[in-house]
Amino acid sequence: MAYAIVAPCTGCWACMPLCPNKAIHPHGKKFTIREPLCTECEGEFDDPQCASICPVEEAIVDETGKPLNPRGSLTGIPADY
Amino acid sequence: MPLCASSDRQRTTQHPCYTPEAREHHARLHLAVAPACNIQCHYCNRKYDCTNESRPGVVSELLTPEQALARVEAVRKRLPNLTVVGIAGPGDALANPERLWTTCRGIRERFADLTLCLSTNGLALPEQVGQIQKLGIHHVTITMNTLDPTVAANIYPWIFWDHRRLKGVEATRILIANQLAGLDALVAAGVLVKVNSVLIPGVNHDHLAELNLEISHRGAFLHNIMPMISDPAHGTYYGLMGYRGPDEAQLQAVRDGCAGEVTQMTHCRQCRADAIGLLDEDQGPTLEREWMHGHGKIISIHPHTMETEATDTLRIAVASQTGSHVDQHFGHARVFTLYDVHDGDVRQVGMVETDRYCHGDDACGDNDSLLERALRALEGCDAVLCERIGFSPWQALETAGIQPVNRYAGIEITLALKQYWATTRQRHPRQKRIRRAV
Repeated sequence: MAYAIVAPCTGCWACMPLCPNKAIHPHGKKFTIREPLCTECEGEFDDPQCASICPVEEAIVDETGKPLNPRGSLTGIPADY
Repeated sequence: MPLCASSDRQRTTQHPCYTPEAREHHARLHLAVAPACNIQCHYCNRKYDCTNESRPGVVSELLTPEQALARVEAVRKRLPNLTVVGIAGPGDALANPERLWTTCRGIRERFADLTLCLSTNGLALPEQVGQIQKLGIHHVTITMNTLDPTVAANIYPWIFWDHRRLKGVEATRILIANQLAGLDALVAAGVLVKVNSVLIPGVNHDHLAELNLEISHRGAFLHNIMPMISDPAHGTYYGLMGYRGPDEAQLQAVRDGCAGEVTQMTHCRQCRADAIGLLDEDQGPTLEREWMHGHGKIISIHPHTMETEATDTLRIAVASQTGSHVDQHFGHARVFTLYDVHDGDVRQVGMVETDRYCHGDDACGDNDSLLERALRALEGCDAVLCERIGFSPWQALETAGIQPVNRYAGIEITLALKQYWATTRQRHPRQKRIRRAV
């Protein structure tokens, strides 16, 4: 059970200090989640912290590869634009 | 840090944003140390790594606090008229408290004469006013676009607050309340507050007069109503959805309709989060080009992240006051410029900063911990070129495997580096090596 940060990440640093498990680390100009440390914030917060501040759609995905912030959900720009 | 009234006045009269006349003579430097943001605005796109665009929120290179201090040092050498150092993004200054306060403390300690200022959306402001006061920051800009939560919900799609992403009026009520509470607390603390408002025709054009009155009552120092930038190429919501910025007449009409007593700022250049120089002339690109040609591009790479893969390349640190010649005493240098030298090829690869450890003339070597810090900063270098150097740092450098060299004192840097390479490398060719600093 862990989330992953994928290609659309712009490396804005917002998520890293919020992770209660210190699972997020810089990786080149972007970031990565250390899988064994990630609890998806269960038992700690109602919402996963990284995905709650991430400004980039489709940058954080769950184990099945499904984005926590799908296209259109953050910027208001329609998904099919 | 309390400041006397005359010093406050001087800080304001020499601030190019707060005093229009100052923009012809006084330069400012924006340090792009604050990448994270706690809200989303529809006129902003969070892809901030662009070298060609000139607008708020855009930078070409993000700086760590250490790199930021090295940049202040380097820019000050080049622009003696530098009076203001601002932190304006590319995200929200206060959403990056650790990076922000480390940078501000460093500037306060090392460049006490420079005026510090910062910009924020106001969400985290109430909780940070104490720190702003403590660091003697006397100029703060809050971006406020409306007092109406419903209008704001069309400008801000979400905020991050209390560990949750909030949307709609639930979010904008909190944002507006915090902006106003922050403004009140800053005014009470004697901080001069500039309120920036982005004029978005069709969204908030009818709401800025009300905002102008409110911030006047609350004691804002300046109100800067600026036109939205919404080029679709920037990829912002407003840009892509067909919203357009106001023309001159629309902007003027809104400004004229504001009856509050707060002074309006009309000379804003909506500059980048890494702008350098006079307000009307961003010298960042010019300086970088100039420094590229032998006088050193400011790259400020931390040595621990640097890698060299080369057969025969030497990495050499140079202590230079002018940036052009080997003309600084080792113990007086706070910044060393790093070069990779191979045969006739001299390439500047970055800068490292260190605390100047020698405060006297020739009595070097008394303060070992600072010398140790200098040694750590120079880790991975093959040699260091300087004008002069004391006996004990000479020994310490040699022990650390870094060759101190003072025989090129006063010589132009590129020439000195080529000569040094020729005399050492040709005599002692080395095997291929890969250096990876720890």
